[in-house]
Amino acid sequence: MIKVLFFAQIRDQLGLSELQLPSAENNDLTTLLENLKLRDNNWLSVLSKGSLMVAVNQTMQADNVVLCSGDEVAFFPPVTGG
Amino acid sequence: MIRVQTEDFNQQREYDCLREQSSVGAVVTFTGLVRDMNQGEQVAGLTLEHYPGMTEKSLAQIVLQAKQRWNILACTLIHRVGELTLSEQIVFVGIATAHRKDAFAACEYIMDYLKTQAPFWKKECNSQGISYWVDARESDNSALDKWS
Repeated sequence: MIKVLFFAQIRDQLGLSELQLPSAENNDLTTLLENLKLRDNNWLSVLSKGSLMVAVNQTMQADNVVLCSGDEVAFFPPVTGG
Repeated sequence: MIRVQTEDFNQQREYDCLREQSSVGAVVTFTGLVRDMNQGEQVAGLTLEHYPGMTEKSLAQIVLQAKQRWNILACTLIHRVGELTLSEQIVFVGIATAHRKDAFAACEYIMDYLKTQAPFWKKECNSQGISYWVDARESDNSALDKWS
C-alpha cells in the first residue's frame, strides 16, 4: 500500500488528511495523481491547481517518480513558514 | 542544532550557546515574529501547521547546504508550531562564524530557503475571529534567485 497525506488547504478542501492506496494500481506519481482526480469534481479541481506541491518519502518532487509499496506521498499548497 | 517545537525560546540562551567557541568572531541572529498586519488583514493570531518528519529533514538539508557554502562554526535553527498570538516569536536562526560576511549571508540564505522549502503553513485569525490560510508570496520564491 501507498500512504497518501494531505496538508493545510488541500486537506481542508478534500476533507481528508490521509488515505492508503494499493501500490499495484498506483505504480508512479503521475498515475496516482490521475487516479485521485477521478474520485469526483472536487478532487479534480483541488488536485489540478498549478501551485500543488508534492513530496515522496518526505522529499519534494518536481517530476514523475516510480512508487513502491510502503512509500509515503504528500500533497500540499506552497509553504508559508518563517 | 535544529528544533521544531511548540514552546517559546530564549534568545539570550541561544546566543550564549552560539558564542561558546573561542574561534567565533561574529554571530548573526534573525527572529521572525507574529505581526499584527498581513496582506491587508488585521491579524489577531495564527496557527502553524507542519509535516512532522519532512519538516526536520528539510531544515537539516537547508542547514547542510549553508554549511557547504560558508564556513559556519555553529548554527541554531528553531521553528515553532501550533497556536501563536501577536508579537510571539516564530522562528530563530543563529549563525556563528569567524567573520561577519559569512554569518550575514548564511543567515539570510537559511531564511530564504526555509520560506520556500520547509513544509510549514500559516493559518491566520483576523480581528473578527475569521481564520484563513496565508497565501505564499511570489517575492519569497524570487528571493532564491540571488543564491543560484
